[in-house]
Amino acid sequence: MLEILGLLGNGFLVVFEPLNLALIIGGCALGLFIGAMPGLGSVNGVAILLPLTFLVPPTGAIIFLAAIYYGAMYGGAISSIMLGIPGASTAVATTFDGRPLAKQGLADKALTGAAVASFVGGSISVVLFTFFAPPLAHIALVFGAPEEFALMMLAFATFVGLGGDDIFKTVFSIAIGLVLSAVGFDIISGEPRLVLWDITGFLHGVNFLVLAIGIYGIGEMLWTVEENALAGGKSMLSEATVTIARTMSNLRELVGIWKTMLMGSILGYFVGILPAAGATPGSLMAYGIAKQISKDPDKFGQGAIEGVCAPEAANNAASTGSMLPMLTLGIPGSPTTAILLGGMVIWGLEPGPRLFTDHSEFVWGLIASLYAANLFAVIINIAFIPVFIQILKTPFTILAPIIFILCLIGGYAPTQSMHDVWLMISFGIVGYLMRKLDYPLAPAVLAIVLGPLAEPAMRQSLIISDGSFMIFFERTYAGPIMITALLLLFLPLFKIGYDRIRKK
Amino acid sequence: MTVRTAELLMALMMGVFSIYLMVKSNELPIGWIEDEGPGGGAWPFWLSTVMLISCVGILFNWARKHGPIASSTRIYIQSHVLGDVAAVAAALIVTVGLFSIVGIYGSLPLFLIFYLRFMGKHSWRLTATLTILIPVVIFYFFEITLKIILPKGLTEPLFIPLYKIFF
Repeated sequence: MLEILGLLGNGFLVVFEPLNLALIIGGCALGLFIGAMPGLGSVNGVAILLPLTFLVPPTGAIIFLAAIYYGAMYGGAISSIMLGIPGASTAVATTFDGRPLAKQGLADKALTGAAVASFVGGSISVVLFTFFAPPLAHIALVFGAPEEFALMMLAFATFVGLGGDDIFKTVFSIAIGLVLSAVGFDIISGEPRLVLWDITGFLHGVNFLVLAIGIYGIGEMLWTVEENALAGGKSMLSEATVTIARTMSNLRELVGIWKTMLMGSILGYFVGILPAAGATPGSLMAYGIAKQISKDPDKFGQGAIEGVCAPEAANNAASTGSMLPMLTLGIPGSPTTAILLGGMVIWGLEPGPRLFTDHSEFVWGLIASLYAANLFAVIINIAFIPVFIQILKTPFTILAPIIFILCLIGGYAPTQSMHDVWLMISFGIVGYLMRKLDYPLAPAVLAIVLGPLAEPAMRQSLIISDGSFMIFFERTYAGPIMITALLLLFLPLFKIGYDRIRKK
Repeated sequence: MTVRTAELLMALMMGVFSIYLMVKSNELPIGWIEDEGPGGGAWPFWLSTVMLISCVGILFNWARKHGPIASSTRIYIQSHVLGDVAAVAAALIVTVGLFSIVGIYGSLPLFLIFYLRFMGKHSWRLTATLTILIPVVIFYFFEITLKIILPKGLTEPLFIPLYKIFF
């Protein structure tokens, strides 16, 4: 306990370095902006801006990206409330009551509620994180190749079992991500492998960023171009009156619903830890439970402040929760953390439990930065509500070309190869076409990040066991993890069977 | 084209791609090698097989019209929207194609003019401001600060004096 506080103290020393502090504040502001733009969420922001972080050391880079992640969780609420369009999928539940409040002229109440709830969710989850992470990393230190592989299987299985998408499409998405990660060279024999159509550009593999920016940058923007064309460029921006007196009375009112925020925070945190679930289902669940435990459930959907606060607390808590498996086990808990994990590999850090011992400064700097980012995000958010409302008036046709250009350069910068830019555009267009057919794409991004770690883990395990797959079931930790993974994998089949029996 | 037709075409295309990947993986040994473990092609080969099985599953659901996509008779991309999306996609392809010819400082301004003026119908004043400002910021940030040299194509000689100033 004391040891943890000591390490956290060291983390704060890292955070208070001027460069890092500037990166947190800049990241929060940028994240708020990205989150507030309809269509763009944390995952898009982190994917598009990751190439910009080559300038600073790894600790600064992850602090900056984590601050964007955090800020985007706050920002998502702004367009949910003001436009009735979720700023990111994680803020869908916020529209249910946020929009009615805005229509009643109480937009400021909803915005303040969302900011405070986000702060509560962020704070509670960061404290939980601080005390959960070190013991978990400690347990994970004994993990060998079979356990690592079992954990990755568990991560993929949660997408199949809990993802809620078409199972075949989810499995396809995972498999194509893993195959793309195998392009380049076989790590053990050193021979060229899967050099597609014998194009030499594939010899250096498919960089995860190329896929991530393709899908979350180019593909997402094409999607937004379509949405905008369908809407005919019209949007309905609500008016908000913001005065200090009103803000104070709004804040006082929020004290009365602390239970709802606490529930949302804890629920969000634990849902966030699961790879497939994350912030979107976490916030929807929190909304549902808030409605059930409310004394006045009929008010929900008509403009209940609890309906804004519960999902907002949950989505911030979930974003912290998703970092727990990323830091301790090397398994991302969300698409955004998958990209952060890929970033760690680029910066030369090996993900996994040893991070806590080998790169203590990095880990604790990141954890301490979450405390700071949370505080700055709430201050920036409440202080600049009118500014963010103005930003929402920026026409999409000004932002779109800027984001497209950032994507093109972001795809080129890491490897400085035109091959990667072409590949990124192809992924973007194909990804857009697949998304329109409900193919889930997040599993592919997770898979391309985990692929280079999963394959050696599996091959090493099989070499240890001389080819027997039983190694994944016989070991103390690998066994239960693998069995849970298999249960999750077959969960949809059980569901179908159960439904059939019930119908009879 | 309806969503249902698009679903069929996508599954067929991805199925063919899976088979291609299986064949390609087979260039390396896909079986067990004594003292070395699984061959280099095994991992991608079996995963491509999983891809192929998934495609067969998607086609099976398509045939029995199971699920909202497989039974949908909506238009895949509506015609008035298709124009916008296709124009943007084509503009991106042309822009990247021009990277190696006129360099990014030749092609990005063209892309900006296209997007701001013709897609966004913004004033010439705004278009001109951003068309000049954005490439300057990019040059300063990427080439000077990050030292990442971006493609210049034929315009390379024009930048030599600038390199001399900054590097």
